[in-house]
Amino acid sequence: MKFFEDIQVGDAFDYGRYTFTAENIKAFAMRYDPQTFHVDEAAAERSHFGALVASGWHTALAWMRLMVDYRRRMDEAMLARGEPVAGIGPALGFRELKWPTPVYVGDTVAYRSEVIELRPSNSRPKSGLMTFRSSGVNQNGKPVLSLVSTTFLERREKSP
Amino acid sequence: MPTTKLHFEDFEPGAVAVYGPRLVTREEIVAFAAEFDPQPMHLDEAAASATLLGGLGASGWHVCCLLMRIIADGFVLNSSSMGSPGIDEVRWHKPLRPGTQIRVRSTVLECRPSKSRPEMGLTKFRYEVIDEADICLMTMVTTAMLGRRHEAQP
Repeated sequence: MKFFEDIQVGDAFDYGRYTFTAENIKAFAMRYDPQTFHVDEAAAERSHFGALVASGWHTALAWMRLMVDYRRRMDEAMLARGEPVAGIGPALGFRELKWPTPVYVGDTVAYRSEVIELRPSNSRPKSGLMTFRSSGVNQNGKPVLSLVSTTFLERREKSP
Repeated sequence: MPTTKLHFEDFEPGAVAVYGPRLVTREEIVAFAAEFDPQPMHLDEAAASATLLGGLGASGWHVCCLLMRIIADGFVLNSSSMGSPGIDEVRWHKPLRPGTQIRVRSTVLECRPSKSRPEMGLTKFRYEVIDEADICLMTMVTTAMLGRRHEAQP
């Protein structure tokens, strides 16, 4: 990851896409969120969703995985250029997570983030706090996920 | 039609319940992280000790998923759940370390009928993931959409 000083408010990161299938929707939900509309097509058809839908946690975890992979590729590229990489995390939490549109079988979601706030950390002077808004949009341009998260990000220059 | 399932009407502000327990193993922490959040602090003790987490800890998103599964088994699967529009806030207070037995304490914060959908109510919960010593590892505030036992008259 880039260092805290090298990030600016407005910086955006495109993480790529994830396609939801009946198999991956049910496999995720069987483990963590086995509500009938996430695990059983027939029951889902009778529900207000009208068809099988992904757990919102699955919609969020697909974002998390793509973001971690993106950061790893960024680190590898920086290391290949001989640049030091900054440590990121742990995160403090997140807020305003919304699932505005259900995710159905066959949906492909594109995920991205944009930095919305940067501030020093009082508790950990070697790090700053980066706040970013992340979103997932389906193939029809409909938002399926948005959230605001805050995480520690290592500083290049250690403040006293 | 009478039903034993929990509906919107069965929740009142201030009601507290505890669900679980569930033992979280190192294997489970590492397997979840390898699939969804493969950062060193969730995968490997040596790498984790060099991070701000100070040792192997579960992905915060794993704790969210464990909470979901514990409340699913605790009451959601026996309710008229219609899903959730989102999460107001999650805070990760302490790392979830391997071998911890967790429970979820739920407090009903607010109950309001949906204005646009008479078949549904919105119930806001605060959930706390707590360890054996009752130390809170994570808090979550979220709204559940619950079916109404008796559809409101328009």
